[in-house]
Amino acid sequence: MYKIKLAIRYFFRRRISYLALGAVALCVFIVVVVMTVMTGLVGDFKKKNHSFTGDCVVGTESLVGFVYYEDFVKILGATDFVEAVSPVINSFALANSEGAEGSVGLEIIGIDPVLHSRATGFAETLHYHGDDAAIAFQPDYDSNLAGCVVGVELWLNRNSKGEYFYDSSPVEAAISVTCFPLTAKGALAKAGTDVVNTKTFYLSDFSESGLARVDSSVMYLPFEDAQVLCGMGGPARRVSRLHIKFRPGVALEEGCQKVRELWAEFSDKTSSEQYAGLLAGVSVQSWKEHRREFIAAMEKEQTMMTAMFGLVGLTTVFVVFVVFYMIVSHKTKDIGTLKSVGASNCDVMGVFLGFAVLLGAVGSAVGAAAGLVFLRNINSIEGWLFERFGFQLWDRTIYAIGEIPHRMEPAMVLVVAGCAILSCVAGAALPSIRAAKARCVESLQVSQI
Amino acid sequence: MSKDDFIIEAQDIHKSYRMGAAEVHVLKGVELAVRRGEFLAIVGASGSGKSTLLHILGALDRPDKGQVCYDGRKLSEMSGGELNRYRNKMVGFVFQFYHLLDELSVLENVILPAMVPAGIIRWLSVRGAVRRRGQELLEEVGLSERASHKPYQLSGGERQRAAIVRAIMNEPSVLLADEPTGNLDSATGNGILDVLERLNRAGQTIVMVTHDERVARRAGRTITLADGRIK
Repeated sequence: MYKIKLAIRYFFRRRISYLALGAVALCVFIVVVVMTVMTGLVGDFKKKNHSFTGDCVVGTESLVGFVYYEDFVKILGATDFVEAVSPVINSFALANSEGAEGSVGLEIIGIDPVLHSRATGFAETLHYHGDDAAIAFQPDYDSNLAGCVVGVELWLNRNSKGEYFYDSSPVEAAISVTCFPLTAKGALAKAGTDVVNTKTFYLSDFSESGLARVDSSVMYLPFEDAQVLCGMGGPARRVSRLHIKFRPGVALEEGCQKVRELWAEFSDKTSSEQYAGLLAGVSVQSWKEHRREFIAAMEKEQTMMTAMFGLVGLTTVFVVFVVFYMIVSHKTKDIGTLKSVGASNCDVMGVFLGFAVLLGAVGSAVGAAAGLVFLRNINSIEGWLFERFGFQLWDRTIYAIGEIPHRMEPAMVLVVAGCAILSCVAGAALPSIRAAKARCVESLQVSQI
Repeated sequence: MSKDDFIIEAQDIHKSYRMGAAEVHVLKGVELAVRRGEFLAIVGASGSGKSTLLHILGALDRPDKGQVCYDGRKLSEMSGGELNRYRNKMVGFVFQFYHLLDELSVLENVILPAMVPAGIIRWLSVRGAVRRRGQELLEEVGLSERASHKPYQLSGGERQRAAIVRAIMNEPSVLLADEPTGNLDSATGNGILDVLERLNRAGQTIVMVTHDERVARRAGRTITLADGRIK
């Protein structure tokens, strides 16, 4: 009991301990803020990628695509774990907007907007037809025209707050799209006979997925049109991918494994078919695997930031060490007195380690509270800095970031606080051992000199 | 006189200190026996090894050679835990410079020896009784009004009285006082000696170290330490 009492009294009466408290609080504050922002950004990025992809993807990297997808869609539709499947055409094209000079290369994604909205979050990305994705490809100005949904970054600019200048309805614009149709054997199909490789589409909506790369390079076209333009129509109808959404409650890996098994069975059965060779390059991936190359970079950045601020934490350990070394040096008389009334070495060490735990706990609480206040106001602080000094943490004209993430995860705060307490104990360990090992007589004599 | 009459016996105690390159042989075969209930004063010049002997008797220090026996039991054969218990229950220390903890109140300093061996749960069950005893002891030395004060708010004499109360809190068999009046004026010092005398009359064994012959005269028996030996 006296150990707790002494630890508390040392904490409040030794002003130098406030220095260590400040170091711990500052470290916790920095780590909490950085981890909250980074975790928020990574989490948001993953969420957007998940929404863009759906739960699972069956597809091939080849621009030729794969065949017999309709049969596999039927198989998937008959299962009890698949909620929706969206066949997708994915290729590259040149686009020429009416009146614009030259063409731009972009990625085209051919979809059935209703199916794709069921399997992915496509409808939520639409600006004008989010409530009814079925009419996503019907321009408001003439619903008989073939519409297209354009990645918002391809068409509109953002202001400094990261907001796009949308018109009240889509502007009337014709976009000529030229594709490179490939035959089932991978050869370039010659346009002119039964192959069409150029078609004009009319801007019907914008897609804002929040993924900079997608929004700046993708144009959505009606499925059938895209299939024809890419040479994937005809007798050997092909698609690039199937996007699958699982029913609620189906675990991602479990669902993907089931799809893998179904696919293996399906490709076995069709191995003797004419175009079975196109099934060889098809893989089944979870959305995480499918978007790995993008997510991994963010995760690596997050890990590096965490590691860097972990190193900052080492500074705190050193500060705590120095402060405790000084306190123990000043408290030799107390150490001797405690031993003279029967306190053991462990008891003496317990006093100082208790002091360290208290320091870590209070420092963590102060740092976390300061972090909470800061994070709650981080967006308004950034707004104020931008208005006053033109400073932005992330330039919204470049980065597809809305507001800075500011929701603190209690579990993360607890882990950081635990690490801070451990750091304090680590910093105080050597001075505490020194105090415990101090010889009683010498401790008492020091103060008499 | 039978051997059972002695509470502490020191046999052939040797102790040396290294001071730079030189080794100072402070105690050179001290033989000492303290009877139960006696008030013994050890006098000697500064540096004669009085305090060192007292520290060895109280297990604050170890002799290089020789034995200290408490109630017939050798301190050298006691484990670390037993020595802690010895310092906590069997002996009480009064130091020249009081050595009260500034972070604790006077009452908390006084009850510290009772707090040391108690775990949290045990402490919660005995806290009331311990605090009452601490308060009673403070009352006996006229410090009841100072119980909640911090040591630095007390005069030298008051601090030493508080230190004496702390030393007897656990009712030790032996009170070891190292120059208890050495830092006090003579009037205040006399007050402290009055307290020690009163305790001794009540049966408390006291071993006091002093360099002052007048102070030593207040004890029942005086021995002189010179050249590392009892004269």
